[in-house]
Amino acid sequence: MMQNTENVLRIHEISKNLGGKAILKSCSLDVARGELKVLIGPSGAGKSTLLQCINCLIQPDSGEIWLNGQQLRRHDKKELCAFRTQVGMIFQDFNLFDHLTAEANVAVALRKVKGMNRHDALQRAREELGRVGLARRAALYPAQLSGGQKQRVAIARALAMDPTVILLDEPTSALDPELVGEVLAVIRDLARGGMTMVMATHQMDFARALATEILFMEQGVIIERGTPDALLAAGAGTRTQAFFTRLQDMGDESAS
Amino acid sequence: MDSLITVWNALPFIVGGSLVTIATVCIALGMGLVFGVPLAVGQVYGSPVVQRLVGLYVWFFRGVPILVLLFLFFGLFVGLGLPVEPFLVSCVVLGLTSTAYQSQIFRGAIQSLPQGQLKAARALGMSDGAAIRSIILPQALRLSIPGWANEFSILLKDSAICYVLGTQEIMARTNFVAARTHEHLALFAAAGLLYCLITMVGLYLLRRLENKTHIPGYSTGMN
Ligand SMILES: Nc1ncnc2c1ncn2[C@@H]1O[C@H](COP(=O)(O)OP(=O)(O)O)[C@@H](O)[C@H]1O
Ligand SMILES: [Mg+2]
Repeated sequence: MMQNTENVLRIHEISKNLGGKAILKSCSLDVARGELKVLIGPSGAGKSTLLQCINCLIQPDSGEIWLNGQQLRRHDKKELCAFRTQVGMIFQDFNLFDHLTAEANVAVALRKVKGMNRHDALQRAREELGRVGLARRAALYPAQLSGGQKQRVAIARALAMDPTVILLDEPTSALDPELVGEVLAVIRDLARGGMTMVMATHQMDFARALATEILFMEQGVIIERGTPDALLAAGAGTRTQAFFTRLQDMGDESAS
Repeated sequence: MDSLITVWNALPFIVGGSLVTIATVCIALGMGLVFGVPLAVGQVYGSPVVQRLVGLYVWFFRGVPILVLLFLFFGLFVGLGLPVEPFLVSCVVLGLTSTAYQSQIFRGAIQSLPQGQLKAARALGMSDGAAIRSIILPQALRLSIPGWANEFSILLKDSAICYVLGTQEIMARTNFVAARTHEHLALFAAAGLLYCLITMVGLYLLRRLENKTHIPGYSTGMN
């Protein structure tokens, strides 16, 4: 394996309580440039909470967040906004802005955050939409797009900000099975192009093929971590492997 | 036939009052829009203190009858040495009242938007102010149009009560003619029709606005 020591994103001992319950217990994570970290684990394990703590959509109770060697002062509003422009996020249910066309969805933050003028922002937006294969859908509204197309617009919207890292929270879970492929293909291209990503997913084949590291999470704790080969090797006896097998059985059942 | 002739003769005078009525309602609706939106934003996103203050405002102007407010503000204008112009007092009272009701229309619309909209805007690095202006309000205001049309029709009818201050609107002028000619039935029937007509035109225009701002493919029933 290539050893890359340049840590782009460093998450140190993040904890979060919600409603008197410990949702995250001291989670740590170091992401080097170009890595794809995959978070897996049962529903309710805390994957979404962890991802949203990384860009402080949910403020962690304690812990440190570092980007490019700089610690984020997460209660400084200006610094937080600047941090978030560098950390893209893809949501499970897309969260496209319903009142804006695909291209305006991509352009709005270029204008309001980066201060680009309307013309340049739209031009950049169309380029990004072209990158995810949606050049011809630029003028459509979210309600006129399929789920797969919506998620690709969301990816274009994140990419337009030139992020250092992208966080993806189960980007294909809300999609009909036949639409999963087109979204995974875009993410695969990003990974091959060297984009740094942290992704929660149940797509185990995808994780096995592309993850630089898999993190298995349960009840707010990252209980296993390692390369796909190490965690998923036949007879590895890991929780990750047991989970993988269970997902596959469920897949086989629903297929038959 | 006499009554019809009376109505016919008084019609220009009464219809002239509808200009005053329309002006009052437009100014009050505009005031309600300009102040109601920030109040709604404050009530949803503001600090607890701001939320309490907005709540207090809404509680007061929804609780006190407009008739009482008219006399109260009349007295207030006198006390403060402001120009005691009935039209002005009427606009202020209806405007402040409409602000309270409109703020609640907008608040409901903002709260009906999916949480993910604000999250996505923040995740892109937008400040909360930019997110509210560019993402939340454009959607919330669209959703508010039906409620706003309702507020318009209620405000139009409420404006009739401003005749007690001597504002020269439809009701005051009708009353003036009726007191001299004793043709109450015919005159007030005409006044009633006039109100209906203005309501109809206003609602038609708002309906067109709603269609014009409709987001393609978007169904407003859900969400
Ligand atoms: N606002 C909240 N208040 C209380 N509990 C919450 C809240 N949000 C999430 N949780 C709980 O936190 C746990 C982790 O949720 P989540 O991060 O969504 O898990 P995952 O994404 O792995 O399915 C769940 O048990 C969930 O019920
Ligand atoms: Mg989740």
